[in-house]
Amino acid sequence: MTTPVLQARGLVKRYGRVTALAGADLELMPGEILAVIGDNGAGKSSLIKALSGAVVPDEGEILVDGRPVSFGSPIDARKAGIETVHQSLAVSPSLDIAANLFLGRERRRPGVLGTVFRMLDRNGMRDEARRQLDGLGIMTIQNPGQAVETLSGGQRQAVAVARAAAFGSRVVIMDEPTAALGVRESRAVLDLVLQVRDRGLPVILISHNMPHVFEVADRIHIQRLGRRKAVVDPKTISMSDAVAIMTGAMEPPDVSMGMS
Amino acid sequence: MSTTLSKSQSPSGNPLGGAEAKRSPLIRLQHLLHAQATIGPAVVLLVSVVVFALLSERFLTPGNISLILQQVAVVGTLAVGQTIVILTAGIDLSCGAIMVLTSIVMAKVAADTGLPGLPALLLGFVVGTLCGLLNGLLVTRLKLPPFIVTLGTLNVFFALNLWYSASATIRGTDMPSLLLWTGQTINLGGTRITYGSIMMVVLVAAMAFALKNTAWGRHVYATGDDAEASRLSGIRTGRVLLSVYATAGAVYAFSAWVLIGRIASASPQAGQLDNLDSITAVVIGGTSLFGGRGAIVGSLIGALIVGVFRNGLALAGVDVLWQTMAVGVLIIVAVSLDQWIRKVKA
Repeated sequence: MTTPVLQARGLVKRYGRVTALAGADLELMPGEILAVIGDNGAGKSSLIKALSGAVVPDEGEILVDGRPVSFGSPIDARKAGIETVHQSLAVSPSLDIAANLFLGRERRRPGVLGTVFRMLDRNGMRDEARRQLDGLGIMTIQNPGQAVETLSGGQRQAVAVARAAAFGSRVVIMDEPTAALGVRESRAVLDLVLQVRDRGLPVILISHNMPHVFEVADRIHIQRLGRRKAVVDPKTISMSDAVAIMTGAMEPPDVSMGMS
Repeated sequence: MSTTLSKSQSPSGNPLGGAEAKRSPLIRLQHLLHAQATIGPAVVLLVSVVVFALLSERFLTPGNISLILQQVAVVGTLAVGQTIVILTAGIDLSCGAIMVLTSIVMAKVAADTGLPGLPALLLGFVVGTLCGLLNGLLVTRLKLPPFIVTLGTLNVFFALNLWYSASATIRGTDMPSLLLWTGQTINLGGTRITYGSIMMVVLVAAMAFALKNTAWGRHVYATGDDAEASRLSGIRTGRVLLSVYATAGAVYAFSAWVLIGRIASASPQAGQLDNLDSITAVVIGGTSLFGGRGAIVGSLIGALIVGVFRNGLALAGVDVLWQTMAVGVLIIVAVSLDQWIRKVKA
């Protein structure tokens, strides 16, 4: 059996008396899109925050390529090759597209200008930003020097996805990437998700939107009451059954896929 | 203000594409000001210079220009520190108190112990930086609002200043000449400019460079824009804030040096309202109090606008109280403009 690229075992996270994660597991296999669905309060966000280093779980372990890791901050997760597109997008509106793409890992100019005067390699970063956006087919963003706040919701999403795709070397996590978007923009972002997977990067996709999930996911992780309730195959289960498991109206089928 | 652009009206083509629709002149102006926050203040400065030059022939004389630059130098250097704090969506009410405390330390240590100018100056920079660091620690570690932190430290630093100075002024004749150097002038094209004024311009240029061309500068903007987004993007926002407050403290030590040169002494009562004046300069200069937007050059222009208004109105024979009112109106106009600019739509 292949080793999961990213694995969580028995994650527990409590906020005061509220238990957000009650021993949650997760496995992400190479090259797949794993959708994570769950009702409000099922612990989706906490699970994703733990995997992306945004919160530190109280118990449990996270493994990358089978090796245990501990993420004290988002920087640690990034170093392990895990990039996250947060629901809030985590972009800085007043900075331009290129600056946002390289936020927190800016490149400096070579030579004295970079080492002594710590000058940024603006042109280099803009060119690279241009390449990344083109690579994802977001040609219509004309100018990487454009401020992000002048972009539409879908374009901002595209910038956040491009950032994750550009720097993610192992995993890309996307939290509700289509939640704030219209139909056409959602369509384009889903295409981005598929493109990222086609580049060979496995994707964890958190979504409330069942049609989107069933369209792109290879497997569906159903989160309920802080735990993984089931992992199902979107090709063999109906949307209404998945929702029934998610809400607790139905027990998962005996043979769930991919659970160890 | 009405904006005709909405998602449903975006043109055909890729939905992630840019929506370049027809814009009214007003919207275009809003976009221009949005992209270049210093254009507004620069225009105001130019217009006011022209108007005051027409009102009084003495206004554009070399002597008067030199005077305005001297009057602006203290607040202008303070505004450099104030700007980086405000860019992080903070505020520094203690900047004047840090400046005065620092100037007293520089002058009194030298006067009392006979310490030479350079070590006295360096000691002042250490004190200024530590004061800023304390502000930064209170903001980042105790998570207190910057307004409250600096309101508190304003009083703490001012009290320390009164205690250490025993409320007595240190005369310039008791100090090493290096401390008074900022009040010396050089002749630039017929105008006598103080080294303090030149130092202000150099500080502005250096900080503008750091904000525009270094990763630190970008992180300052990003942290002020959206601290949580910055943290998720891998920026150590606590460290950025700490460095901003400490750097601001060091900048206020420059202001202290300029202040000593300007009044040729070190007075524990000097610069009482300079904290508010520095905020005025920053706000008039187009930097947003909500963080993440603005530029250091704007603050210099803002300080110059206040200086030009006060000086020009005085030359035109207008009472001081109307000068103060003019500055008040400028502040409100500047902030209203900022609010409007922030509503810019894609």
